[in-house]
Amino acid sequence: MTHPMLAIPAALPAGSPWGAQTLAERASASQNLWVTAGYFLLAIVGVTVLLTLLGMVLIYVERKVAAHFQCRIGPKRVGPFGIFQTIADTLKLLFKEDFVPPQADQVLHILAPFLALLVPVVLLALIPYSPMTQIADLNIGILFVTAIGGFGVMGILIAGWSSNNKWSMIGAMRAGAQIISYEISATLALLVIVLFSGTMSLSGIVHSQSEGWWVWRGHAAGFTAFIIYLIASTAELNRTPFDIPEGESELTAGFHTEYSGLRFAFFFLAEFINMFTVSALTATLFLGGWMPFHVGDWAVLNGAMDAIPPGVWFLGKTSAVIFLIMWIRWTFPRLRVDQLMHLEWKVLLPIGIANLLIAAVLVLTNFYPFPH
Amino acid sequence: MEYIFVLAMVGLAAAMVGGGLFFSRLVAPHNPGGNKSVPYECGEQPIGQAWIQFNVGYYLFGLLFLVFDVEAALMYPWAVVFRSTGLPGLIEMLIFVLVLVIGLIYAWRKGVLEWV
Repeated sequence: MTHPMLAIPAALPAGSPWGAQTLAERASASQNLWVTAGYFLLAIVGVTVLLTLLGMVLIYVERKVAAHFQCRIGPKRVGPFGIFQTIADTLKLLFKEDFVPPQADQVLHILAPFLALLVPVVLLALIPYSPMTQIADLNIGILFVTAIGGFGVMGILIAGWSSNNKWSMIGAMRAGAQIISYEISATLALLVIVLFSGTMSLSGIVHSQSEGWWVWRGHAAGFTAFIIYLIASTAELNRTPFDIPEGESELTAGFHTEYSGLRFAFFFLAEFINMFTVSALTATLFLGGWMPFHVGDWAVLNGAMDAIPPGVWFLGKTSAVIFLIMWIRWTFPRLRVDQLMHLEWKVLLPIGIANLLIAAVLVLTNFYPFPH
Repeated sequence: MEYIFVLAMVGLAAAMVGGGLFFSRLVAPHNPGGNKSVPYECGEQPIGQAWIQFNVGYYLFGLLFLVFDVEAALMYPWAVVFRSTGLPGLIEMLIFVLVLVIGLIYAWRKGVLEWV
């Protein structure tokens, strides 16, 4: 009953060397202390490089995409096509005065950027980039991701409160209300995927999609969860149309009004890396992660798809979701606070709860469009 | 071992912020004072502190969030073992969700969800 237009990613080849998946697994398997330490160092260096590289690329891409949506050219003077613009900006921020306002809470004002940056750094370690590339695969994966992701609001709240500035305070309170509200919908959407796959481990969820990505194999419930998660995570990222916490035209900059220099850069970096982690999670949970795109029994096409490395698949899907989020940002106008709360509590939450129960019935009846 | 790696990432974030700020302190100018010490309010002299009482609406949404987020946290283990519990598990969760939905409807009817 396989529909030829629907894709079925391949199952894992039996006996493949994709056994030990994570750096942590390999580190604990090795008997040599130095090898363990080496994996440890590799993980830290890897995340650092990834974080820096992603920050550079994403900020450049965002500016270019924004420019082209507005019929401009965007950065083009620093380096070929302006690719070194972000480096120039980072250096500029580094040489700016790092200033703690005297009226602010001195300790919390410095602690806030750390809390904001903590979320993307930890989440980068949990994402399965390819079958062999993942730093730590927790068996409570999604729960941990939700918990750590919810921690991000603490950085924003503390930043806004400790600044002792009215714009910051208003921005932080709005951000808090918005993020915690939309987190419920995001969690309910993730629960649908846990129901379908029967595991919380992120790599386990990718493996569970070997017969079809949950966004269509999960039927309408999977697709609805995908849409809800996309909306809710855009809101959690404080991006337009959900950017009332930092709406420039009314709050100057919201919670980071009183931040300057490098600590402002940390907030900025955290925001962009969060965009990547959210897109990567969307790709992992709904779009099959690193699984290649397969169509029914078309051996030629499937073979061609298998030839593309899993890491490229993952990056491609993630980039597509990132572009979608940017597209949303430059297309929709900002929502008002009351519209925002209406959308979450009266639209997304009831749909999310109903969707979860429908998904439970689907799992119970084993009603998937693709055979096992 | 997995959690040690995760803990290392927490340390990495701390090192990044700490190291970055230290390096910035070395190369960036530092002379506070003057009008820089005034909170930014678009050029106006600020009146009073920002640490004041704020809209109680935020608190109500905080309470609602707490209820539904704890519910969601409780549903994770249920979702994992759902295949083995089958229909009884679904019915039990249905009752549990129903109680919460009644709470949501109550809040809705009371006008808590209206932003004032």
